[in-house]
Amino acid sequence: MKVMRAVNTKQCVPIIYALLQLIIFYGGRNVVTGVWPLPHALTVFPERYPLNPRTFYFDYGRHSATQQGCSVLDAAFRRYLWIIFPDYTAENGQFAANNSFNLHISTDHNDCENYPNEDSSERYNLSVSAGQASLNAATVWGILRGLETFSQLVYQDEHGSYFVNKTYIEDFPRFQFRGVLLDTSRHYLPVYAILKTLDAMSYSKFNVLHWHIVDDPSFPYQSRSFPNLSNKGAFHPETHIYTQSDARRVISYARMRGIRVLPEFDSPGHTRSWGKGQSDLLTPCYKGGAPSGAFGPVNPALQSTYRFMTALFKEVSSVFPDSYIHLGGDEVDFSCWRSNPHVRVFMQKMGFGGDFPKLEAFYVENLVNITSALNKTSIVWQDVFDYHERRSALSVVEVWKHGCYLCKVRQVTKAGLRVILASPWYLDLPGPTHNWARYYTVWPLAFPGSEKQKKLVIGGEVCMWGEYVDATNLFPKLWPRASAAAERLWSDEKQTSSVERASPRLEDFRCKLLRRGIQAGPLYVGHCKHEYQGV
Amino acid sequence: MRALSVSALLLLALGCCWGTQDNFLDEDVVEPVIQASKYGSLWPLPQKVQISDVPLKLSGTTFEFTDAKGSTAGASCSVLQNAYRRYFDYIFGGPKKQKMSRNRRSGPTEVTELQVSITSPDSQCDGYPGVTSDESYELSVDAPVAVLKAPTVWGALHGLETFSQLVYEDKYGAKTINSTKVSDFPRFAHRGILLDSSRHFLPIKVLLANLETMAMNKFNVFHWHIVDDQSFPYLSRTFPQLSQKGAYHPYTHVYTPADVKMVIEFARLRGIRVIPEFDTPGHTQSWGKGQMDLLTPCFSGAAPSGTFGPVNPILNTTYDFMSRFFKEVSSVFPDGYVHLGGDEVDFSCWKSNPDIKKFMDEQGFGQDYSKLESFYIQKLLDIVTTTKKGYIIWQEVFDNGVKLKPDTLIHVWKGNQEQYQSEMAKITSAGYQTLLSSPWYLNRIYYGQDWQNPYKADPQDFKGTEEQKKLVIGGEACLWGEYVDATNLTPRLWPRASAVAERLWSAKEVTDINDAYNRLSAHRCRMVERGIPAEPLFSSFCPHEYKGI
Repeated sequence: MKVMRAVNTKQCVPIIYALLQLIIFYGGRNVVTGVWPLPHALTVFPERYPLNPRTFYFDYGRHSATQQGCSVLDAAFRRYLWIIFPDYTAENGQFAANNSFNLHISTDHNDCENYPNEDSSERYNLSVSAGQASLNAATVWGILRGLETFSQLVYQDEHGSYFVNKTYIEDFPRFQFRGVLLDTSRHYLPVYAILKTLDAMSYSKFNVLHWHIVDDPSFPYQSRSFPNLSNKGAFHPETHIYTQSDARRVISYARMRGIRVLPEFDSPGHTRSWGKGQSDLLTPCYKGGAPSGAFGPVNPALQSTYRFMTALFKEVSSVFPDSYIHLGGDEVDFSCWRSNPHVRVFMQKMGFGGDFPKLEAFYVENLVNITSALNKTSIVWQDVFDYHERRSALSVVEVWKHGCYLCKVRQVTKAGLRVILASPWYLDLPGPTHNWARYYTVWPLAFPGSEKQKKLVIGGEVCMWGEYVDATNLFPKLWPRASAAAERLWSDEKQTSSVERASPRLEDFRCKLLRRGIQAGPLYVGHCKHEYQGV
Repeated sequence: MRALSVSALLLLALGCCWGTQDNFLDEDVVEPVIQASKYGSLWPLPQKVQISDVPLKLSGTTFEFTDAKGSTAGASCSVLQNAYRRYFDYIFGGPKKQKMSRNRRSGPTEVTELQVSITSPDSQCDGYPGVTSDESYELSVDAPVAVLKAPTVWGALHGLETFSQLVYEDKYGAKTINSTKVSDFPRFAHRGILLDSSRHFLPIKVLLANLETMAMNKFNVFHWHIVDDQSFPYLSRTFPQLSQKGAYHPYTHVYTPADVKMVIEFARLRGIRVIPEFDTPGHTQSWGKGQMDLLTPCFSGAAPSGTFGPVNPILNTTYDFMSRFFKEVSSVFPDGYVHLGGDEVDFSCWKSNPDIKKFMDEQGFGQDYSKLESFYIQKLLDIVTTTKKGYIIWQEVFDNGVKLKPDTLIHVWKGNQEQYQSEMAKITSAGYQTLLSSPWYLNRIYYGQDWQNPYKADPQDFKGTEEQKKLVIGGEACLWGEYVDATNLTPRLWPRASAVAERLWSAKEVTDINDAYNRLSAHRCRMVERGIPAEPLFSSFCPHEYKGI
């Protein structure tokens, strides 16, 4: 048995930092195991303890603020029992008895009935010893992360018996915002595909589902206040929509996994599908003095637009409990506005002259005000930052354009705004999966700037835009490549800078995903003990 | 021009999809909804097809497939009987219901029967399809009886697929088919898909699902690249050590004789040939684990380095092994052809080995190691000839000047368009038959609609005489397995391989990208509805999205 260790900077502390993988030589065959994303402090000892699914118990510590009846944790115990013991069925009982093992859970707060939010602590401590383990955290969200880690520490020998080694872990996320964007407008994703994505996200410790729910091609969100939006704007008014109960189901499923659901209603561009069910919302484009019949972005010159948006966002904020909301604001084409005489008159009236970015800034600022009145923090795509003169009105900017994205991150943080980084993680752009390294070797804070600036980088996000993606290929395109980004967002950067050392751990993690029924694509030539059994 | 057609495609992609013609999408001017193809969702497009405007109804309670009087295949023909059940299921979404309403009068516009007639004396019901099989068929859809005529069952299978593709749902959801006449045959005899089960093991379920999908696309050859450097999953009865030692796992990651039989029979029932490839002398690292002395020991200086190179061509034991091995292969796989590989042989190990150097001198090969390769291949071809099989080899064998039997099939895989076209010209001018794969390496993926380039390639597009063009017997789409396994194989292959299917089946003149886009979108939705996770071409939707996750 051998434990690999890397150089650590605090050698006096009896904790092995940067333990990248544990190789256990067992009966001539070696079992590689590890945790993905890598915990901040992890020590694994050679002693191993057998586990028996029949005598494995989760329980709450006496001083824990949460006790039995905690919806989030009780459901998590049930889930993780099956994840920890994948071969376990009630019938097979070849496991030796009297290997009783207790996993003691203890939290400082009782937030069982809350939603995770941008301030939630996800920190946890896990200590595994003979016959028991204790998992402590401030919140239930930290416990969820710890359960995931524990499940990855358990392994099977070649006879199928389960073991866990003596282990100490102290862990917390490097970035608070670790998101996955799904686009349900270019292709409709059935609800079960979203739910399964939430499962896979929790395995990689992602904590935000950015739901790019509507866009030009379709409007699948069924609004209470404006049912015509999906009646006319969805691909199909009955089969290709998300009902209110679908949205609630996604939000509740996400909450159980410590995941926030961040809805995006992108405007004023990317709104073609909105216009089908809401007349006078989009700008009529003109051709030679007369309306051409075509429509452009949302019409920023009409009062009715803002009344509509106020009502829509009021609904949206009540449906989606998260305190953030994404307003979009990207890729606005000015040509239609320019062609419209009413818009031009409005520009004159407002003193914008011919400066269309000012018009867009005006529009977005109105929207930001609408959402702040609803107590929501708004996120916008970087385009808004680029043309906005009064940047102080903004709060969170998502950087998505390619090129020197860190230059942009630097610029945005210098303006005192928070940043979410997406540029390096556009996973819908192909490349064989061995390119996972390109999502791993991203250094979000490698820009010159003050500590204060660095703190404004609140996280990052993997984007799966939907032009060429639907339920047929979503999973192998997203996983395990998104997991590479997940480690970058969760783990310590110094301990996870080497692609070469991460590689066997990621391969092992990918096989774990398969075992859990996630259709994660291969990284390169090779095999998993349990291959994917679907088509 | 190019930009125009691209943007036109984007617009139409936003606007339309199969089954939505009468629909809720506003037909405003910004999104010109391109008309659905006048050929509906037919894919690959038949050689001759006339679809009338007369809609006829079909009902799962009255419709049946029958064997026509005088057909040379009847109730005992499992190929047809299995196909009837399959297509009934595809058309009506379930098995045949009890004939509760058998007495219900069918209206004058209802199709209640598809009569299938096999016209040649030998229906080939109990045989295997081959390179010379007649796959033609004629279909005439009318009420109350539609008629499908084909010389062999293989043609009838294609006709049944076409029939199923003609059925659509009217706006009330009723199964409908227009009165139609089809006369159809393939442009090329060899229309293949290569799957690689060595870089990643592909569970049987995946292989079968792809055979099923191949039949929907009228492919007729499954080129099974079954072993390679990385693993040897073929369980040989003669040399069980090969998979025992060379597979990723000796029990869970192998194809047993029963598995192989199942694949071959499943393919036969769909008119698909199974051609195995046992690639040598290179690409054989996994062979060496279970067969001592088969591979060449590489030397580092004067001593063996512990690594191994290609098959050792200088030992008699090598040829004894190959004789016994290919004897087994030729009895396990019934097809008339076996693929012998012969690509990418790395000479450095041979060069390092003193025994090989000595042998080279004895044979008078000098420093020309391609002569040694030729020596090996030549002996291998002689061995395979004794098994009465024809053989296919990768182009390098021809390029290296190995003496080949005149009926050898040469498989072109290298190079860009200019290079493969000149290779095709060279091979055919030497009088050999050839297969094209170079433009159809579907393991290579690009952002955007990457079905279009494969669609545009034409295997007969090279400088040569009519006689030369006739020597092109088809092509194969290849999905190499470095980055492909059961998790992503099907959406990566389909519907991109469908583009190749149409190129190999339909008339040369079928090249309209817009029309192809419309038909292919609908065809891909049909595959999805049939449970195949074929990926989307672009932003769009299917009436029935994939439910298999």
